[in-house]
Amino acid sequence: MFAAENGLKGDPRLKGISDSITVVPHFPKPGIMFQDITTLLSNPKAFKDTIDIFVDRYRDMDISVVAGIEARGFMFAPTIALAIGAKFIPLRKPGKLPGEVISEAYELEYGKDRLEMHVGAVQRGDRALVIDDLVATGGTLSAATRLLERVGAEVVECACVIGLPEVKGRCRLGGRPLYMLVEPRQ
Amino acid sequence: MSACKEDDPRIDGIQSRIRVVPNFPKPGIMFQDITTLLLDPKAFKDTIDLFVERYKSKNITIVAGIEARGFIFGPPIALAIGAKFVPLRKPKKLPGKVFREEYDLEYGSDCLEMHVGAVESGECALVVDDLIATGGTLCAAMNLLERAGAEVVECACVIEIPDLKGRDRLKGKPLFVLVESQ
Repeated sequence: MFAAENGLKGDPRLKGISDSITVVPHFPKPGIMFQDITTLLSNPKAFKDTIDIFVDRYRDMDISVVAGIEARGFMFAPTIALAIGAKFIPLRKPGKLPGEVISEAYELEYGKDRLEMHVGAVQRGDRALVIDDLVATGGTLSAATRLLERVGAEVVECACVIGLPEVKGRCRLGGRPLYMLVEPRQ
Repeated sequence: MSACKEDDPRIDGIQSRIRVVPNFPKPGIMFQDITTLLLDPKAFKDTIDLFVERYKSKNITIVAGIEARGFIFGPPIALAIGAKFVPLRKPKKLPGKVFREEYDLEYGSDCLEMHVGAVESGECALVVDDLIATGGTLCAAMNLLERAGAEVVECACVIEIPDLKGRDRLKGKPLFVLVESQ
């Protein structure tokens, strides 16, 4: 579900956030209208508003873990974790996390990739958020959800700044609630 | 310079939360793993607070974070001091026009990129990463910012590996670290 449908209809911060995102046509390949959040990150008001909206939503939900997906999820998740007093867990590409990990495969448009999480980072009964900058097919978020559920955590919600048309109208992903701030810019 | 243990009571807690993983990513390397620090909300908050206290009145308008662990520490610092966050990324990740800076590794070379237009001439910048080893990556980061006309005020890392003398590769710019490697 989008923020505007869920209590934030008409909130001027959402327009500011949307306006701060840059569309880069044909990146990384022809036909893709890439939603570039770096201009949001370099706009202190828009970046703060983005974090504030997530923090306001999650601070009273007893969240103990905020998982961020490498690499753009790392730009949002740690600040949210700090503000709500939760642990931050990086979910990473293969081979980046030292020590014992568990991994989960997911589909790309062509081929597969894997996401890894540290063994012992998350405990049974932890209440978790999964954060990324954008959700398209939901493959990566679903892999992240599976990793957390395999160790007994409850994924309370998946949250992204931008939700692409593939998920428009959907409130859930992989059986868990999905929350997004804005639609893609044209 | 480092923040000395005696200077601040928060340093011990931070140091104790860093996990050393032997022989990662290859034999002989004692990897300084900050993910265990991130699992302790108080220690992670203290880490950010120590940087924010140092930089909040220094007119810094840019916090540049180095992919990927610099993306964990840089944004909270940027938000707290009201600065822009600028990601410095591996090749081909940033869309649009970029500055590209190559640097040497022990074997071979690597490359860091920054968006053209992310930084305006005359801005004051901080470079953030989790750790400084040889200083090669930080030096490349500084070069990118300076090519865009920014002034690098300082480099800031959670951990320094002193034996690798990375601080001598920072073109005379100061380095601030919280702890030394174990």
